[in-house]
Amino acid sequence: MTEDSNQPVLRFENVSVHYEDVAALDGISFEMRRGETRILLGASGSGKTVLLKTAVGLVRAGAGRVLVFGRDITALSEGELFDIRGRIGFLFQEGGLFDSLTIDENVSYPLVNQRGAKPEKPDAIENRVRETLRFVELEQTLEQYPSELSGGMRRRVGIARAVVTEPELVLYDSPTAGLDPITANTIIALIVKERDTRNAAAMMATHRYQDGQLMANYRYNPHSGDLERASSNGAEENGLKTIFMVLQEGRLAFEGTEEELKAADDPYVSKFVKR
Amino acid sequence: MLDFLKGPVQAMQDFVAIAGKAGKNVFRSPHYARDILLQMDSIGVGSLPVVILTGFFTGAVMAMQLARALSTYGATGQVAPVLCITLVRELGPVLTALMVSGRNAAGIASELGSMKVTEQIDAMRALGTDPIQKLVTPRLIATATMLPLLTIISDLMGMFGGFVVSEGMLNMAPAQYWNTAWKALEYNDVVQGILKPFVFAIIISLVGCYFGMQTTGGTQGVGRSTTQAVVVSSIWIIVTTFFIGRIFLNLS
Repeated sequence: MTEDSNQPVLRFENVSVHYEDVAALDGISFEMRRGETRILLGASGSGKTVLLKTAVGLVRAGAGRVLVFGRDITALSEGELFDIRGRIGFLFQEGGLFDSLTIDENVSYPLVNQRGAKPEKPDAIENRVRETLRFVELEQTLEQYPSELSGGMRRRVGIARAVVTEPELVLYDSPTAGLDPITANTIIALIVKERDTRNAAAMMATHRYQDGQLMANYRYNPHSGDLERASSNGAEENGLKTIFMVLQEGRLAFEGTEEELKAADDPYVSKFVKR
Repeated sequence: MLDFLKGPVQAMQDFVAIAGKAGKNVFRSPHYARDILLQMDSIGVGSLPVVILTGFFTGAVMAMQLARALSTYGATGQVAPVLCITLVRELGPVLTALMVSGRNAAGIASELGSMKVTEQIDAMRALGTDPIQKLVTPRLIATATMLPLLTIISDLMGMFGGFVVSEGMLNMAPAQYWNTAWKALEYNDVVQGILKPFVFAIIISLVGCYFGMQTTGGTQGVGRSTTQAVVVSSIWIIVTTFFIGRIFLNLS
């Protein structure tokens, strides 16, 4: 498969998903490029999770086309999807960790079990797992089980598992839902760090505008190891491309930059900006 | 009327789909050897105590009741052959399968069901692994290898139970018991005694996995799947044993 760098990593063409008679997604179209960050805002039940799941084929589009890395996945069989999913990281809303496996086994799971995974030496896998857990600052939990960790720690393990294979596209489903503001900011900082270290495309569903603001205006400084505000005259100059999308009952109510989002006069859309 | 049939037909279709995929995966890599071994340990070794106890007491009870019935004809000496044939052909496979079904179809359904309702199955799919390959096929392989072995153990324990009763209560000579028992068995009996558990194993593992993977509706749903898995697999075991028995009667 040849891919030029301009090809969108993810492209929705008029995608609809229906449950019984209710439309969970209704004619969604957008295009996401390499290195881009997308913030998916929306009230609960607006279709954020369904959109992310449709992007990896966990939910099948009823109409329209979904293209991942230029490949139409709507017609692929479950078997063919596994190879594409191997190139995407996915963080579930509740973490989706395997509760009968240790943190070590959870994070190494994609490396060991993925169908397309090259068989790696056990110590190479162990190094990768340690490295990734160090990245989310949870190296000491290797032998523990998910139930022994706090909600925020579980979310961080989920992030580690999503990015351990260094995927080209990472999808985060409400990474901060149900967390206190301090922990939530730590999680977002991790996601920013992950984005800026590897320059992978990321899409994050959230109902908190602050999460999006952090993603759009801060970047990771590898020297200080902290987040810092990107220079004030626009994020574009720093190579940060953050696009906001707002979902309303399955329809795309808004798509654009932060400035455009602030200026939007749609009452539903502007509700997310005003606090 | 047609709406009434929709449910069962849909269920049958889903079951066949899972069964087909699981069967195909047996011959396709990747094979998760570690999962297969773990399941063999849990299904095979884990079921040993219950299988040994059931086998032993089934044989003992059978010997006791047979002696009572056969004494009417003055044929108490026939206890061993009758017991041996019934155990190897029917009771050993069926009772072992029912025990393992109660233990493992329930275990499989509740484990997979909990994984389903907590999004862990979806997580597996999202991480690029096939849940059928990772969860269903290892359980199928493990049950299909362990159940025939468990049945053999159960048969032997049953004969031993019968022996203890014959020896202790009926004062039969030990050599006579084992001799007549051994001679009563024919090739046909043994083949059907091994083939049955193999078929039952497929039923137990696939029905357990099917109900597990179909679970919806939280913890209550997990309980429902577990119950259904045991009921459905037990019924299928009883029904198929009749048909397999019928086929083998024609063969002999």
